[in-house]
Amino acid sequence: MTMKVFTLCAAVLLLVACGSSEETVSTGGGGTVATPAPGGPRAGTVEDFQINVGDRVFFALDSSELSPEARSTLDRQAAWLAQYPQAQLRIEGHADERGTREYNLALGDRRANAVRNYLVSQGVASSRLETISYGKERPAVVGSNESAWAQNRRGVSVITSGAPIN
Amino acid sequence: MIVDSRLPRLTAYAVGFVTLLLLYAVQAVPARAELRIDIFGPNPPEPMPIAIPAFSGSGADQQRGQEIASVIAADLERSGLFRVVDPNAYIQDPDSLLVGPRFADWRLINAEALVSGSVQTQGDGRLRAEFRLWDVIAETEATGQAYQTEQENWRRIAHIIADQIYERITGESGYFDTRIVYVSESGPATARVKRLAIMDQDGANHRYLTNGDTLVLTPRFSPTTQEITFLAYYDDQPRVYLFNIDSGRRELLGNFPSMTFSPRFSPDGNSVVMSQAQGGNTDIYVMDLRTRSARRLTSNPGIDTAPSFSPDGNQIVFESDRGGSQQIYVMGAGGGGGQRISFGPGRYGSPVWSPRGDLIAFTRQHQGRFAIGVMRPDGTGERILAEAFHMEGPTWAPNGRMIMYFTESSGGGGRSARLQVVSIDGRTSWAVPTPLDGSDPAWSSLLP
Repeated sequence: MTMKVFTLCAAVLLLVACGSSEETVSTGGGGTVATPAPGGPRAGTVEDFQINVGDRVFFALDSSELSPEARSTLDRQAAWLAQYPQAQLRIEGHADERGTREYNLALGDRRANAVRNYLVSQGVASSRLETISYGKERPAVVGSNESAWAQNRRGVSVITSGAPIN
Repeated sequence: MIVDSRLPRLTAYAVGFVTLLLLYAVQAVPARAELRIDIFGPNPPEPMPIAIPAFSGSGADQQRGQEIASVIAADLERSGLFRVVDPNAYIQDPDSLLVGPRFADWRLINAEALVSGSVQTQGDGRLRAEFRLWDVIAETEATGQAYQTEQENWRRIAHIIADQIYERITGESGYFDTRIVYVSESGPATARVKRLAIMDQDGANHRYLTNGDTLVLTPRFSPTTQEITFLAYYDDQPRVYLFNIDSGRRELLGNFPSMTFSPRFSPDGNSVVMSQAQGGNTDIYVMDLRTRSARRLTSNPGIDTAPSFSPDGNQIVFESDRGGSQQIYVMGAGGGGGQRISFGPGRYGSPVWSPRGDLIAFTRQHQGRFAIGVMRPDGTGERILAEAFHMEGPTWAPNGRMIMYFTESSGGGGRSARLQVVSIDGRTSWAVPTPLDGSDPAWSSLLP
């Protein structure tokens, strides 16, 4: 009896933990252009790109289609890249854990290229962009639930060089 | 390892003794027509009761004799085809067994087969082991062999003996003298450390092949050399590599402009079939290892991956989402076309052709569950062997009777990944012990 109670408590604690980590991770989904708060990241930094522009887009299950929300994030990324023409991007494609290893590697490649192709269509030189697929190997969020999977099906743009100030 | 063929002196011994025994043998009631298990017959076989007493040995060899008998017993028991009679019930002691079995003693405890053996450290320090397999009902010697090897190879001798027993009784070659290469996993899901590791099929003699600095996935054995092929992210460039197990030398395979993955050797070991993802489209290529020239086998906008040759090398089974969802297709080894063979409910992936050629193992996803199953190469006769929250990546034992795969638990911090074996009749399964978590197993051929 005591054992059962303990297990339940543990489960509740886990749920709470998952809930809180979701909020800290999903930073890039917003559709509004954030204005840097006083004391926030300085314009042009990697942190500026990650927090104010939004470094990631999310995908539906087994899909590499860009949602309107994803497009608006990428529009901001393209605008930022136009402002800082030295910046180079590596676009990481990721899948959730609910697929087989090989398929998810291919799916991650599709997603990374969907992001890349959109940025190119918005005027970013393709020579500034590289892609890599991690399949399901690098989830952003731990958990086996719809919310975690939704945050792990993502394309993440990583500034590899050329950000003016770090 | 030196394999002595049966020594004449010993055979003479045995024949003489069996003749003697026959003089007083009670009339045997045959439980089976002969010492035989039909493993690929229409009905699942009943496990055969077998007695495997400690191999006799003196001094330090005594312990080794016990260990060899336990390794043989564990191999045979895990196959699901044998039931090892409890050693506490054995009446005849190992030393007198060397002179010859008292068959009545073994019939009394319902053993149908009996293994006797001895071990001896030779003058040069090498280990010599011999065994005999006895048909307890017919009161005859079924087979026997002697081996010599370095002391540290003693487990191989045990596995080879288990294979001999398995082959004599089933008529099919065994799979115990084999190894597993797999991916050892540790750390949190968001920063998992993955290392290539290799071990015997029973989990013994475990060692790591890479240090965990770089993400590695999907290792596969060469059927002919001490090489494996796998996917690694060296310098953030996911590519297929060759790795020599003996020398530890690593080699980038080919000069592809973008990610190559999902490699697998051809049955003759002369080529590697794999996928290349380029601009969001994944197709299948085959590379000739002698000329290092690559040829493209599929070209359509879908994902074509997880290729696996038929054992005759004439066909390739693979997965594709060209029809809208992930399904299994078969094409000629020259590429082009492809016939869909999976039509059950859900998505089908990671197909692997059985070394016997009769079945294709696969991973199925349906209604939020993953399953491992088999179907014939024409897609008929589909059977699910195991099902859970997550399982994938089947690999065949060289005799095509067992399948290893990995299974993952759901959840976060407590995630676990384990290697599991299931027989193709689904009746026998066991977990392969690994020091840490394990995934992406690949089963070797029988060792040379």
